[in-house]
Amino acid sequence: MYNILIGGAAGQGIDTTVAILEKLLKKSGYFVYTTRDFMSRIRGGHNFSLLRFGNEIITSHSDNLDGIIALNDETALLHKYKLKENGFILCDSSLSIELPQMIKLNMDKVAKELGNKNVSGSIAVGAILKIFGESLNNIEDVLITSIKEQYLELNIKAINIGYESVEKKFEHMIGNFSDWMILTGSKALGLGAIASELKFYSAYPMSPSTSIMEYLASKSNEADIVVEQAEDEIAAINMAIGASYTGARSMTGTSGGGFCLMVEALGLSGIAEIPIVVVDVQRPGPATGLPTRTEQADLKFVISASQGEFPRMVIALRNHEDSFYQTIRAFNLAEKYQIPVIILSDQYLGDATSSVKPYDVSNINMTEPEKNYDKEDEYLRYRFVEDGISPRLLPGKSKNLVGIDSDEHDERGWITESAKMRTQMVDKRMKKLEKLEEELQEPEFLGQINFDTLLVGWGSTYGPISEAIKTLNENENMKYGALVFGDIYPLPSKLLEEKAAHAKNIINVEQNATGQLASLIREKTGIKCSRSILKYDGRQISGEEIVAEILKGGH
Amino acid sequence: MNTFNTYETAWCPGCGNHSILKCLKTALEELGKAPHEVLMVAGIGQAAKTPQYISANSFCGLHGRSLPAAVAAKIANEKLTVIVNTGDGDSYGEGGNHFIHNIRRNVDITHFVNDNQIYGLTKGQASPTTCEGQVTEVQTNGSSNTPLNPILMAIASGAGFVARAFSGDTEHLINIMKQAILYEGYAIVDILQPCVSFNKVNTFSYYKSRVYHLEEDYDSSNKILALQKSMEFDNQIPIGVIYKEIKPTFHQKNKVLSQGIPLLDNKTDVEIVKKLISEFI
Repeated sequence: MYNILIGGAAGQGIDTTVAILEKLLKKSGYFVYTTRDFMSRIRGGHNFSLLRFGNEIITSHSDNLDGIIALNDETALLHKYKLKENGFILCDSSLSIELPQMIKLNMDKVAKELGNKNVSGSIAVGAILKIFGESLNNIEDVLITSIKEQYLELNIKAINIGYESVEKKFEHMIGNFSDWMILTGSKALGLGAIASELKFYSAYPMSPSTSIMEYLASKSNEADIVVEQAEDEIAAINMAIGASYTGARSMTGTSGGGFCLMVEALGLSGIAEIPIVVVDVQRPGPATGLPTRTEQADLKFVISASQGEFPRMVIALRNHEDSFYQTIRAFNLAEKYQIPVIILSDQYLGDATSSVKPYDVSNINMTEPEKNYDKEDEYLRYRFVEDGISPRLLPGKSKNLVGIDSDEHDERGWITESAKMRTQMVDKRMKKLEKLEEELQEPEFLGQINFDTLLVGWGSTYGPISEAIKTLNENENMKYGALVFGDIYPLPSKLLEEKAAHAKNIINVEQNATGQLASLIREKTGIKCSRSILKYDGRQISGEEIVAEILKGGH
Repeated sequence: MNTFNTYETAWCPGCGNHSILKCLKTALEELGKAPHEVLMVAGIGQAAKTPQYISANSFCGLHGRSLPAAVAAKIANEKLTVIVNTGDGDSYGEGGNHFIHNIRRNVDITHFVNDNQIYGLTKGQASPTTCEGQVTEVQTNGSSNTPLNPILMAIASGAGFVARAFSGDTEHLINIMKQAILYEGYAIVDILQPCVSFNKVNTFSYYKSRVYHLEEDYDSSNKILALQKSMEFDNQIPIGVIYKEIKPTFHQKNKVLSQGIPLLDNKTDVEIVKKLISEFI
């Protein structure tokens, strides 16, 4: 597979260039995987994207580069050491530094001569296509979807000029991924929500979660969704709960800081038994932390957020498939158990683009609230039933009255301070967990069945761990396996206990400083990890880094 | 018997909440509403117990957060008559931010604020509307903060229906309540009421001697006049509809909701999902 870096200052058009390249490479059959590394600023600074493509499934970014598109000197200087032996740096002639790997083109000057300085990116796209042995067959089809019609001809011309300016360096590989989708984790999540018949989304803008709101807003008229920007995250979640109470499938999304403000209402969803899906696209904290970067340090926070005790479910998204299918599952679990379901994503997954097999929507069955209550006895919102899941009616949809309360309440939903009722109500709510635990999904096992060392991870490190396991097991002396958790709270422990029983070593791989999964595993199962690989610099660990870390410790 | 009746309240004898609750039940009766068509929403506080004492759908949420829940409940099902009935602390203190922004949204709900100018549930601390200088167990040297003027603030923030009433003038209150419920858009009624246990300043007779009905020729569509009227809160306190204008509601302004199908019944076609998926291929 190939790997290129496109870097420059914010505002130089990196995203546009990458988006066009991604589509062109996908169209010619490649699997495409792009990660984004950017600063919290609108202009200037140093931003880059890593675009990896090949004819096999790619699950991690890599720091071994075949090429760099350097939009400024800084990009070339910062990343040149990552180039492979025959790697190249494509840049404009105006760059002041000289490096042997450089292919300097008069992109800016030619673009100006063409009458629009913004087409210099297209000249670079043309050059990249040629360097990697691609044809120009798909450019019109792709550009038509990403560029305004009046600029189409000019950009095609620019691509042709770029194409003619360089020599081919690499061979085209035949891949079968041209019919796959290509999208970011956050868009996949948004699409999953739409497929779940989401009707109401309220949120306050916060990186890196805002792209979910933007995607849903862009499709709101088409998919009949009300997307409301709230005055703060407290309003956002209380609105989502209010809309869910009256029967619109609702979700809110934020990052850790906004989740902090939502915490009290999480308990409202818990005690009032109103289904709600809350997305936390994690970024490094605490407080403002690193707004545009990635971390997995909210796990222990979200599993215990809010005072008191109530059932909840936490699902960590591992990849672009999870982002879609697990979002649908989150809505169903929230409705079925009348609980808050928290989806943990992070900046890495949310902003990363990946090829993914087109989502199958033929088998989506959404769990709905009860239509009516036709039993002889009176309808009581919190009626005691065997599994703790009282029939949920929607207010105004029948003659029955639906009362909910954030105070401890009786079966009717009225305030009570009865000691007996209190205990019964807590038991009723916690009882729901018994059934929920039966349908937890065990972590995915990767690697060799007869492993010596077992890696454990959760969420978005799935891809890098999966690549690392593959690389490690290529050496026949090594036997590695891994368990990567999606469902993470309540913690599914059957497969873990089974695998841990014959592991010589267990290593937890996490994007946090304290090993939160290892700690949760130890709390729930008594299983101890013998070593931790932890990264908390705001940048996602790659498959290669995991391999290097593991080998450092001996095997 | 009133169809909205439920059980005995936990309020103090002589509390203004009793008559406000009675007026609300009567207003709903007189408007011909059935209990299942009504959703009562509140946060936390003495007044916020109202939904428990009225036979209707009820949402007793978090302190200060009744408005976001109520507007979204209405967004999800426009067929419900949504009424927030809660206190000055819940509405203007803990919920102050939501008060401003939900005026801007103009969702068709009604907001009755039982304003006793004190915190009742927590036993007598200053509320946002407590008079300057009033001594409480916490404001031991007298409240030093300027009291919030909810009427002035609501008009200034763009509310389309702003009224004041008094719990002791029930006929007037019922009339105002009915107008507020019928108003298309966000309607706020600040209802002055005595707190017999914790507010020894703003008593029943304090209000009784000060409130007067707005003059018959008062023009409630004149915003400048309304702003002036709203600042009259001294020896004379005007009650009635202080400001009223026709404004597009949230539902009218929203492209999805303006189709007239309650949001919860507006199903997403799987063909749309397939189309959205194809956009990524």
